[in-house]
Formats: sequence, C-alpha cells, structure tokens
Amino acid sequence: MTTIGIETSVDRDAEGFLTDPAQWNEQIAEEIARESGIPELTERHWLVVRFMRDRFLTTGSAPSIRALGKESGVPVKELYALFPKGPAKLAARIGGIPKPRGCI
Amino acid sequence: MTNVLHELPPFEAEPATIEKVSIVISRGSLEGVYPGLIMANGARMEGIEADLFFTFFGLDAIRKDRQGRIKVATVGNPGMHLPTLVGALPGFSAVATRMMQRQMEKLDIPPIPEFVELIADSGAGLYACRASVDMFGLTMDDFIPQVRDIISVGEFYGLAAGGQVIFT
Repeated sequence: MTTIGIETSVDRDAEGFLTDPAQWNEQIAEEIARESGIPELTERHWLVVRFMRDRFLTTGSAPSIRALGKESGVPVKELYALFPKGPAKLAARIGGIPKPRGCI
Repeated sequence: MTNVLHELPPFEAEPATIEKVSIVISRGSLEGVYPGLIMANGARMEGIEADLFFTFFGLDAIRKDRQGRIKVATVGNPGMHLPTLVGALPGFSAVATRMMQRQMEKLDIPPIPEFVELIADSGAGLYACRASVDMFGLTMDDFIPQVRDIISVGEFYGLAAGGQVIFT
C-alpha cells in the first residue's frame, strides 16, 4: 500500500469528534468508522452520515434519533443494525460534526 | 490509496461506561412514565443495552387501550404548584397534559405510544410484570405487540444480571 497525498491534520475532542467540520472528508469518515467498529461504510451508512452532516450544517444542530428515523430514509431498527453503538452519536462522529447534545 | 490513519491524532478506547441498564417503570402518570422512557432511549443512543420492566400502573404505558391516554397527575403533585382543589377541577388534568405534550413536541420528544415503539425498535426489551398482570387480570393480548413477555421478578433479575437496575 502506498501513501499519497495531502498532509492534513484533524482536530478531535476527547470522544473522537472533529472540532472543525470543515476538516472532514470521506477518507477521514472511513477511518473513523473503522476505529468505531464499522469495518466498511455501505450506501446505507453513507445515507445516514450525510443526512446528519447536512442537517447539522444547515440548521446548526444534529437531528434527534426520532428525526433521524423519520426523515433520513433509514428506519430506527435499521439505524441500530448499521450503528450498533448508537446511530446518532456514531453517524455524527463519522460525519465530522460535534456530538449531538440532546437527550432524545 | 491515501492512508489517513496516521493523520488522525491518537484516539484511545471509549471512556468507561455502563454496559447495560434495566429500568423499572412503576407509575402510570405522564411524569411517572417519561423519565424511564427517556433513560432507556438515552441508553440505547449511547450503545448501552437496555431492558424495560413495566409494573403496577406503569403497565399503562404498554397497554393498547391506555398508552395513548396517559395524563399528568394534577392532584397530589406538589410539583404542579397549584392548590389541590384547583388540580381536581374536571378537565384540569387533560388541559395540563395537553400543555405538557405541546411543549414536549417542540423539543422533539415523541408521544408515549411512538416513544415506546421507537425504544423497542432500538433493540430494548419490553417486559410486563407477572404479579401486576395477574392482579389486573391482563393477558398478552392487552399489550402492544412489541412486549416480549410477561416475566416474574426473579426472571427480571436474571435479565438484569451484570447491569444496573433503575427504579422509576
């Protein structure tokens, strides 16, 4: 395996969330996914990650699990199958946005 | 192929956390049911295993005919900061319940039936208490389909083994 490319440094908080969403790219997403116990991001994973990220970038806050289940196109049962360690939290971490703050 | 592994600052294992919770819901008022539901949902959102055990009037939260009709207790509830006689006025509990539900909807907290379904879909187990079910003369048919079983206290402790028990 060869390493090409651009030197980028990524700032993360103690829980592994990017502190600056602008530093995010898809390779970083895949790397964080592997580190979080998801060996490969499928199209369904990407659907959720992109929904979380877009919603955060447009509204300034990450969606609740309820909104995620209703609006992302991926139902709650499948969300937990895709992200067993917590869909909202993991999708936020993989999507390079801060940890969701809400209780729901 | 770009290897980004070395570009990420080291991130060690997840911080220590609770692995499993078993939450008992024993009351049938709105303010008696929600805290346990919020804690169960919050556990699943953190990847923590969760089971819910409904007992006494807490069973209303999983009864088909009652889960949509759970109300705020406006009498005997000092938290309402109301004279008891005002809280007892006909329709007062319904009004207080509607106000609270509107507020919760704004915060994206689902109504009880939807919330219970969401929690079941998240993989949490829903169980009814055997003693209460017998006392009220109920069967599995009285409960929403997400309820896995009617279990005894002993079986509940068996399920709870190795985790934390939370009574609400």
